[in-house]
Amino acid sequence: MSTEDSGAAGRFDPGRPYRLSPTVSLRPEPFGALVYDFATRRLSFLKTPELVRVVGELADHPDVPSTLDAVGVPAGQRARYTAALAGLLSAGTIQAR
Amino acid sequence: MKLVDHFQHGLDAPICLTWELTYACNLACTHCLSSSGRRDPRELTTAECEAVIDELQRMQVFYVNIGGGEPTVRPDFWHLLDYAVGHYVGVKFSTNGVRLSPERARSLAATDYVDVQISMDGATPEVNDAVRGPGSYAMAMAAMENLAAAGFAGFKISVVMTRHNVPQLDQFKAIADRFGAQLRITRLRPSGRGADVWDELHPTAEQQLLIYQWLLEHGEDVLTGDSFFHLNALGSTPLPGLNLCGAGRVVCLIDPVGDVYACPFAIHDAFKAGNVRAAGFGSVWRTSSLFADLRRPQTGGACASCSAFDSCRGGCMAAKFFTGLPLDGPDPECVKGNAERALALVGAGAGGAPPRPDKDHSRAAPVRLGMPSARRPDRPCDTSPLAGLG
Repeated sequence: MSTEDSGAAGRFDPGRPYRLSPTVSLRPEPFGALVYDFATRRLSFLKTPELVRVVGELADHPDVPSTLDAVGVPAGQRARYTAALAGLLSAGTIQAR
Repeated sequence: MKLVDHFQHGLDAPICLTWELTYACNLACTHCLSSSGRRDPRELTTAECEAVIDELQRMQVFYVNIGGGEPTVRPDFWHLLDYAVGHYVGVKFSTNGVRLSPERARSLAATDYVDVQISMDGATPEVNDAVRGPGSYAMAMAAMENLAAAGFAGFKISVVMTRHNVPQLDQFKAIADRFGAQLRITRLRPSGRGADVWDELHPTAEQQLLIYQWLLEHGEDVLTGDSFFHLNALGSTPLPGLNLCGAGRVVCLIDPVGDVYACPFAIHDAFKAGNVRAAGFGSVWRTSSLFADLRRPQTGGACASCSAFDSCRGGCMAAKFFTGLPLDGPDPECVKGNAERALALVGAGAGGAPPRPDKDHSRAAPVRLGMPSARRPDRPCDTSPLAGLG
């Protein structure tokens, strides 16, 4: 990885590849997942099982739209999921790869 | 279903839990939740603690809040800390600072996944030491100096709010800011030795309002362990947090001998779910009938008709239990004043006196100094003026 990302999380660009941050673990739950970042010691939640699948599959696809295709997110909800991923990037839950 | 509703019904594993490693403590705080002092000979061995950590890793319990007693007086404490972190179970441990030397502070600052919480119950030695004992303020300050000097950023300063330290809220915040630490304030509970000092130490109604307003001003900057949700009925703005009682649903306590309780404030047989030695922690969490009861929809009882019930959810189960109030009625500090009549009746009616904390590891009372003439006879029948001098 380049060192350009050190410091700020960087701007979210759906055209780029992302992955779950290596210091973050997910624990699946009926409502979605618990998210724990061991580095920042912050607990948060993913509030739908679909978002858990999207986050889990990010690393296997070249960009966000192809990830949403693979998980089968309906057209009407893609904007919502893209916005959610932008939030997860600024929280440090996901990172560019 | 909302997130909070999922939590009310319980999860397959706790979000986090409190684990008290020993009942031994170098201090004897008057409000100790766990009546700590002496080590219990039945405390979990190093190997048993490691087995608990292994199981927490399997259950993906991401972090534990370790306390006591004073956990750092266990000789294997630093080993268990490393073991937990090595198994992806993050640790936040609470300490009075007794073992936080400059060297130890440096090694903690170099360890990821560990957070330290220093207990302090007064922003001045007078207020702090009256509750925590002589010298305890200086000890906590020295530990914080060491952590800050080692570059440990964002450690926690944990304060139990009492009638005497509510006026010091801004001073606590200033201490935290000075060390680059984060302030955490929690509610006094009538649990353990806290039952003995509850009446004189729990904040007045005016102080409750002050705490609520102060917390709203400081937002997520100040942590509360979600412990003031009973104050939400004071206004239309809820305090940050989940604002629910997570006992047996999303949190619990493992005590030093491996007993599992619904929450850290409920060390009493009435809230004991089982022991980790028998079938492991996971089995207790999943199959305890007590926890199954707690995960059933709660009725709200006498509180159900109150306009504030959705805000405060009836308050704290442990606070009700140890003040002799019914669990489905108002919290003893109900901000609507609905507990006052019920509290006045406790002990007078058929219910009898409030249940006493039934696990006591307190050390014997300290030796009292003073002129022999001022001493009471050792026993009622022992009236010799020389009694006690032998």
